[in-house]
Amino acid sequence: MRYLPLTGDDRAEMLAAIGAPSVDDLFRDVPEAARLSAPVDLPYHLGEFEVEQAIGAMAAKSRHSGVMASFLGAGAYRHHIPAAVDHLIQRSEFLTSYTPYQPEIAQGTLQYLFEFQTQVALLTGMEVANASMYDGSTACAEAVEMARRITGRHRVVLSGNLHPHYAEVIHTLAALHGTEVVSKPAAPAGEGDLAGDVDGETACIVVQYPDVFGHVRDFTALARAAQAAGALLIVAVTEVVALGALVPPGAMGADIVVGEGQGLGVGLQYGGPYLGLFAARAKFVRQMPGRLCGETVDATGRRGFVLTLSTREQHIRREKATSNICTNSGLCSLAFTIHLSLLGEAGLVKLAALNHARAVTLADALAGVPGVEVLNDTFFNEFTLRLPKAAAPVVESLLARGILGGVPGARLWPGDPAADNLLIVAATETNSEAEIAAFAKTLAEVLA
Amino acid sequence: MMNRQGRPSTPGDASSGAVDTVLGHRGLDHEEALIFEQGQAGRSGVDLPDVPAMASRLGSLGRKGPIGLPGLSEPQVVRHYVRLSRRNYAIDMGLYPLGSCTMKHNPRLNEKLARLPGFADLHPLAPLSTTQGAVEVMGVLAHWLKVLTGMPAVALTPKAGAHGELCGIMAIRAAHVARGEGETRKRILVPESAHGTNPATAAYCGFTVDPVPATADGRVDLAALKAKLGPDVAAIMLTNPNTCGLFERDIREIADAVHGVGGYFYCDGANFNAIVGRVRPGDLGVDAMHINLHKTFSTPHGGGGPGAGPVVLSAALAPFAPLPWVVEKDGRFELVEDDKGQSFGRMAAFNGQMGMFSRALAYMMSHGADGLAQAASDAVLSANYIQARLSDVMTASFEGPCMHEALFDDRFLKDTGVTTLDFAKAMIDEGYHPMTMYFPLVVHGAMLIEPTESESKESLDEFIAVMRRLAEAAKAGEVERFTGAPHYAPRRRLDETLAARKPVLRWTPPAPAKAAE
Repeated sequence: MRYLPLTGDDRAEMLAAIGAPSVDDLFRDVPEAARLSAPVDLPYHLGEFEVEQAIGAMAAKSRHSGVMASFLGAGAYRHHIPAAVDHLIQRSEFLTSYTPYQPEIAQGTLQYLFEFQTQVALLTGMEVANASMYDGSTACAEAVEMARRITGRHRVVLSGNLHPHYAEVIHTLAALHGTEVVSKPAAPAGEGDLAGDVDGETACIVVQYPDVFGHVRDFTALARAAQAAGALLIVAVTEVVALGALVPPGAMGADIVVGEGQGLGVGLQYGGPYLGLFAARAKFVRQMPGRLCGETVDATGRRGFVLTLSTREQHIRREKATSNICTNSGLCSLAFTIHLSLLGEAGLVKLAALNHARAVTLADALAGVPGVEVLNDTFFNEFTLRLPKAAAPVVESLLARGILGGVPGARLWPGDPAADNLLIVAATETNSEAEIAAFAKTLAEVLA
Repeated sequence: MMNRQGRPSTPGDASSGAVDTVLGHRGLDHEEALIFEQGQAGRSGVDLPDVPAMASRLGSLGRKGPIGLPGLSEPQVVRHYVRLSRRNYAIDMGLYPLGSCTMKHNPRLNEKLARLPGFADLHPLAPLSTTQGAVEVMGVLAHWLKVLTGMPAVALTPKAGAHGELCGIMAIRAAHVARGEGETRKRILVPESAHGTNPATAAYCGFTVDPVPATADGRVDLAALKAKLGPDVAAIMLTNPNTCGLFERDIREIADAVHGVGGYFYCDGANFNAIVGRVRPGDLGVDAMHINLHKTFSTPHGGGGPGAGPVVLSAALAPFAPLPWVVEKDGRFELVEDDKGQSFGRMAAFNGQMGMFSRALAYMMSHGADGLAQAASDAVLSANYIQARLSDVMTASFEGPCMHEALFDDRFLKDTGVTTLDFAKAMIDEGYHPMTMYFPLVVHGAMLIEPTESESKESLDEFIAVMRRLAEAAKAGEVERFTGAPHYAPRRRLDETLAARKPVLRWTPPAPAKAAE
């Protein structure tokens, strides 16, 4: 077996040194009835070529985005990833290292985490950011928990235009604590003012920016209203590239900003692993979940980095920790930070502008399709259509013509008839103008 | 003592000719500025097409000011990260004996297969008819996990071990609620030797954590456990093999006792590598167990993640599994995203850690049923070999065979002036990543060594020789070698107290220099 270095002779010598008659003898503490006498009922080992063939055959059963024009978004976005990103994250020293608990021999990881935290803080307009969470949805649910701890209140208000998966994750965790979750109804054409939903019992209000239907809203007044009532404003960003074009949530007065970092460096990957971004006001740092990297000096006075404020974390605080999170999205944060370093200020701003331009072109093209209504006055790279009939079969018809034509409302709000005719459509820099024109033409044919 | 090249290896040799270099570099060890301290405005490492002019639809919310990101070309960026990478230890460099972390070889085939576009370039909300390849990997992986654990169901969603614990405890909670006992079962028993995530998870789910003491032989005190059982116990969270590297001999009796009062047995599967293919947790009375794909099934640790923590469930808990799940119908696999049944809900957006599923499946298929059992055997053999070869110079905490990791404590360092931390840092000078230290909490100055099955005997013998020499040096009074360590790492010991007292968690631009007066 190519991954196992020990030979039969090695094993015999090692057993002799141990003074054990057999390896089986080393398992003698296992109750005899539970010791298997033969391998389990699964295939035996295979060579590299055979594994590659078998798993390659599975992969071939998918029809991936690269072979079709894809206009899918709703929480995950297809962006081009520079080749250098994937090369660098496969450096052995990054790929095969552990959490940097021994900082003297983990400065590579720690320095990029410090840079990553800085990038996330700058993008979101917040004072501090952590070293990542699992994904945007779990980061969002952890932000709600954090708001509960800070305010000591147990009522949470969710915008109806928060991604329904994010809302479901919040509901799942809230059930553990008896938290009252008030979910506003989805408002595909744009949500009204939520300030009236915040009261003196409210821990936080959670909004999405741009929201799940693509609308871009100013939350400055909502932040003020929430804070006046002693509540926190949590802003979730599912498309991080948008922050290259938009006023950052921090500038609107957000208390916590969470995000899905998948759009930079990470890729689609059928939903994971993704990258949870988590940023907050500095005064809340000791209530934050997850790892934090901080600057310090070594014994000779040279700058260095360490994981810090770990008295918030489970491996020190155990049942009093701010979260149970341990492993985070380390390598995804590396991919994100490399992609963003390659883009730089000018590159990110241009990438965001290009995404917006493609979406504007697409929206104008689709608005011209008979029977189609674009519901957005504002958007970044994603918007919502109301079709004259149910969207899910339309998506199947588009697929038959080689187009991944958006996410139908029924996929995100199953069983809600109000969502049936909705289609959420995204465009990125990977969509050419020719693809956009073909999409509009094909949609017209399908609807005709 | 002579080194491999036949040159003297007395400490101090290498630094005797130390000079201050102009830029602070030392040969291949480059000092590297922060990315924010490099670069020029307007420079970029990415070329994009021109943006056509059109009216913005951002409303009034177009960004007003700069973000503050530096601009670098591709060669600068590549050099930055390559230089940083060289300041990390890695499995690919050497033995990584972190107990409880299972730092084994990461086959590159797995990296290649995870990047196949049929998995990697799939949108999580793409029509299900286009994602059959990915869903099949999920289905086949689920089958392997169920057979290896002897359990009837598996929830694939959890994104890491701790997230898996959350999944298991939420399923247990949901089962109690469904029986009408949600309000009465508020206590979870957790042995003192448990990972910190166990009590953190139980508390996070609203339970009271009740610690169970260990016996002198490093295992759960069965009598003490039984004394704590009652109708308010929701579950026990038990790691097996436990964090002392020992198999809980009374495991069946523990499971029966907990079941006897209506509680469930949550097993922390972090140490599954010791028994995979040789023992099935389902035969031990387990109701739920997470499996760290990044430990046992070798998906890369990546400097702290991402992981994946699928949870196998007993028939009693399976109905409460989180959405989505995979079902097989007529040879095809389907993803169920919407369910009106008893599921406790969704615990993350989308479909779990697909990128880890494909890697783990490649690892499993490469090893096969025979190879996985051999890997567990070799992991246990290697740990016992280390324990046997070091027990005369270091102090093993417990007698008898260990499983996949060997636990030592600091009795052998008594009165030497050297602590476990010093000892660990001296290992860095010798070219090794230290073992897990000060964990588990049940022994003093713990040193937990997990070699895994990936090491050759030559590699184990070298490691043993180094550990023996260090133990002897500590006893011989070579204190500075330890208290000053590491001497040869990119950084000497870092001031963690300063970092926590005055947190600097991000770079900030230097204040503009005052105009000369």
